[in-house]
Amino acid sequence: MESFVRHVGKAVALPRENVDTDQIIPKQFLKGVERTGLGPALFFDWRYRADGSPNPDFELNQPTAAGASILVAGANFGCGSSREHAAWALADAGFKVVIAPSFADIFFANCCQNGLLPVALPAAAVAEITRRCAAGRGAYRLTVDLEGESVEDDQGFKAAFHLEPYRRFMLLRGLDEIGRTLLDEERIAAFERRRAIAAAISA
Amino acid sequence: MTARTLFEKVWDTHVVHRLPEGPALLYVDLHLVHEVTSPQAFAGLRRTGRTVRRPDLTLATVDHNVPTDDRSLPVKDPISAKQLEALSTNARAFGVELFDLGSPNQGIVHVIGPELGATQPGFVIVCGDSHTSTHGAFGALAFGIGTSEVEHVLATQCLVMTKPRTLEAHFTGALAPGVTAKDVVLGFIGQIGTAGATGHVIEYTGEPIRRLSMEERMTVCNMSIEAGARAGMIAPDDTTFAYLQGRERAPKGAAWTRATGEWRALRTDPGAAYDSRVTIDAGRLAPQVTWGTSPGMVTDITGRVPDPASLPTESERQAAARALEYMGLSAGTALEGLAVDRVFLGSCTNARIEDLRAAARVVRGRRVASTVRAMVVPGSERVRRQAEREGLDHVFREAGFEWRHAGCSMCLGMNPDTLQSGERCASTSNRNFEGRQGRGGRTHLMSPAMAAAAAVAGKLVDVRGWSQADLPAPPSLEMAS
Ligand code: SF4
Repeated sequence: MESFVRHVGKAVALPRENVDTDQIIPKQFLKGVERTGLGPALFFDWRYRADGSPNPDFELNQPTAAGASILVAGANFGCGSSREHAAWALADAGFKVVIAPSFADIFFANCCQNGLLPVALPAAAVAEITRRCAAGRGAYRLTVDLEGESVEDDQGFKAAFHLEPYRRFMLLRGLDEIGRTLLDEERIAAFERRRAIAAAISA
Repeated sequence: MTARTLFEKVWDTHVVHRLPEGPALLYVDLHLVHEVTSPQAFAGLRRTGRTVRRPDLTLATVDHNVPTDDRSLPVKDPISAKQLEALSTNARAFGVELFDLGSPNQGIVHVIGPELGATQPGFVIVCGDSHTSTHGAFGALAFGIGTSEVEHVLATQCLVMTKPRTLEAHFTGALAPGVTAKDVVLGFIGQIGTAGATGHVIEYTGEPIRRLSMEERMTVCNMSIEAGARAGMIAPDDTTFAYLQGRERAPKGAAWTRATGEWRALRTDPGAAYDSRVTIDAGRLAPQVTWGTSPGMVTDITGRVPDPASLPTESERQAAARALEYMGLSAGTALEGLAVDRVFLGSCTNARIEDLRAAARVVRGRRVASTVRAMVVPGSERVRRQAEREGLDHVFREAGFEWRHAGCSMCLGMNPDTLQSGERCASTSNRNFEGRQGRGGRTHLMSPAMAAAAAVAGKLVDVRGWSQADLPAPPSLEMAS
C-alpha cells in the first residue's frame, strides 16, 4: 500500500453534501479490470455536459482548481455504492487528501487502502477552509500531517483530526495489509480447527 | 455473562484475534463475488502469487453488467463481455464456484445467497457490494466491502475491522393495508437521514418487524446502507427457519436440528444496551415516494415536494434546490399525479417472488398506460422460473410489461437498460442518485405495488385506493427451485 505521512498541496472546494460514489465515478467506467487510468472519469457527469463539452459551472473545472491535490467537500462524502473505483479515480486524478465533515464508512476504508487520506474535521472548520479556498482564488494551500494529525494553512488556520490508530499505523508505514494478516496464518488455522471441532462435538 | 446484543453475539464468535492497534481480525463464513468489484482483486492475487484460501466459502455470480434480454445472444458490449469473461477465467483459475450467464442459479448476488440457503443466521457475510446488508435479514452480520478488502478476504478469509457501534431501530404499531416493507425502510431513512446510522450496525426490532416475511425483511435490511449503516440485522425466528428449511445449502437432518438450536440463541439479551436507539411508529406510515436525488428525500405519496426555503440548514436548502432542478420539479407540487415515462420493477431490494406477486396483483387485468414503458427484471433466474410457473409472466406481458432475465439492470444501468435524459421513472430499486439509472434520468423510489400502479395509471398514484385484484394467494412457504 502507498504510505501517507505529510502532504502540502493546493485545496479545491466542492461544497456539496452527500456526494455519492455514483457521482465520483459513474457506472460506465466500472467495466474495466484495472485499478489505474480512472482519473479522467472522475466526476464525469458533473465535469462534462451531455454533448461532451466541459461544464464551465462545475467547481473542479475552474482554472483556479487546476493542480489541486486536496479536495474539500460536504458531509457524508462517498456515500452509496462500495465501488473502490471512486478512491482510485480520485487518486489517479492527483488527489492525496479529502477533507469533509463526515464520510461514508466503506468509502473511508477504501481511501485508506489506497494511500488517499480521508480527514474528518468539524463542519465549522470545513466551512472555514472552504471560505479561505474561495478567497485564495487558486492559491490556497494546506499542510496535512498524519503524524501530528493536523491540518493547517500559512494564515493561522489549524485544526486537529483523529484517525483510528490502526489505519494511521498502516498509512504511515504503507504496509501491505494482506501480507500482515498472513503472518497470523497460524491463528486463522487454529480458529478454523476450533470451529470444526465444536461442530463435530455438537453433531 | 453480560447481556449482549444480537450483533455482539455474532461479532464475538468471529473474532480470530485482536490486533495490537485495536481492530479485530474477523472470520468470514461466506464471501459473495460479482464481476464488477472483483477483477482487480483477483489480479492482485496473481501479482503476489497468492491463492484463494477458502474457495469452498466463496460463491460468485454475474449480475451488474449482464444483459437481461435475449440470453441466447452474445453480450454485445465488448467491454462488459471482457469483464464477464474475466470473472469466469478467475473463478476457474482459483477454484471458485460461479453461477455464470446461462446458469439456472444466476441472479443478483443478494437474491441468490438466500434462495440457495447459503445465507444463514449467525454468519459473517461480505461482498464487494454495499447492499450486502440484505443478508442481515437472517440474523447474519453482512456488509459491503471495497475491492482491496475483497482481495484480503480471498487471500485470508478474514477482514480487519473495527467494531461498529449498534443502533436499535424499534418499530411499534402495525402497518396499515397497502403499506409495505419498502415504505418501512424509506420512512425510516426519511426520519434518521442518509448518514443517520453511519458507523453503526442497525438491529430492526419490534412487532411490525417480526410480522414481516423473510423477503420483506430482506427489503428492509437491504436499504440499511441508505441510512449510512454498515449493516442491518433482524434476529432469526421461526419465520427465518421456515424459509431456510429444505433449501439446498441449508443444513440437513441432525445438522439442521443442531443449527436451529444455536440460531435460537441469536437474539439480543434482555437488558443488553445499544449505543443508540430510535423508535418509529409503523402505524403512521403511508406509502413512500422519493422526490429528490438522495433516498432521504422522501415523503408520503399524499405529500408535496417541499420548498427548499423551508428546510432548516443552508446545506439542506442548497441540496434540495439542486435536487429539484435535476428532478424537474417545483416546490409544492403534489407527488400524486406526477406523470412517469418508465417503470422499473427490479433490483436486490424488490425483485423477489413476493415483490413480483404484489405487483402482479395490481396489474392483473389492467394495461400499462400508453405513455409508459415498463419492465420487470426478476432478481434471479429462479425467481423468474417460479413467476412463470405461477403465470405472473403472462399477467405482466398481457399488461404490456417487458419480461426480462435476471440482473441488476436499470437499478444502476451498467447494461443497456437505462433511462434517457429527462425521463421520469417509478422504480423499486434503492438509489435515486443523479444519473443512477441513466444520465439525466429522474428516479422516484417506491414499493412494487406503487410502481405497478404507476405503470397502469401513467402517473404516481396512491395504491391504497386501488381494489386488490383477484390473484389467488400463493401457498405460503412455497419454494422457488
Ligand atoms: S440490484 Fe442494484 S443495488 Fe442491488 S446489487 Fe445490483 S446494482 Fe447493486
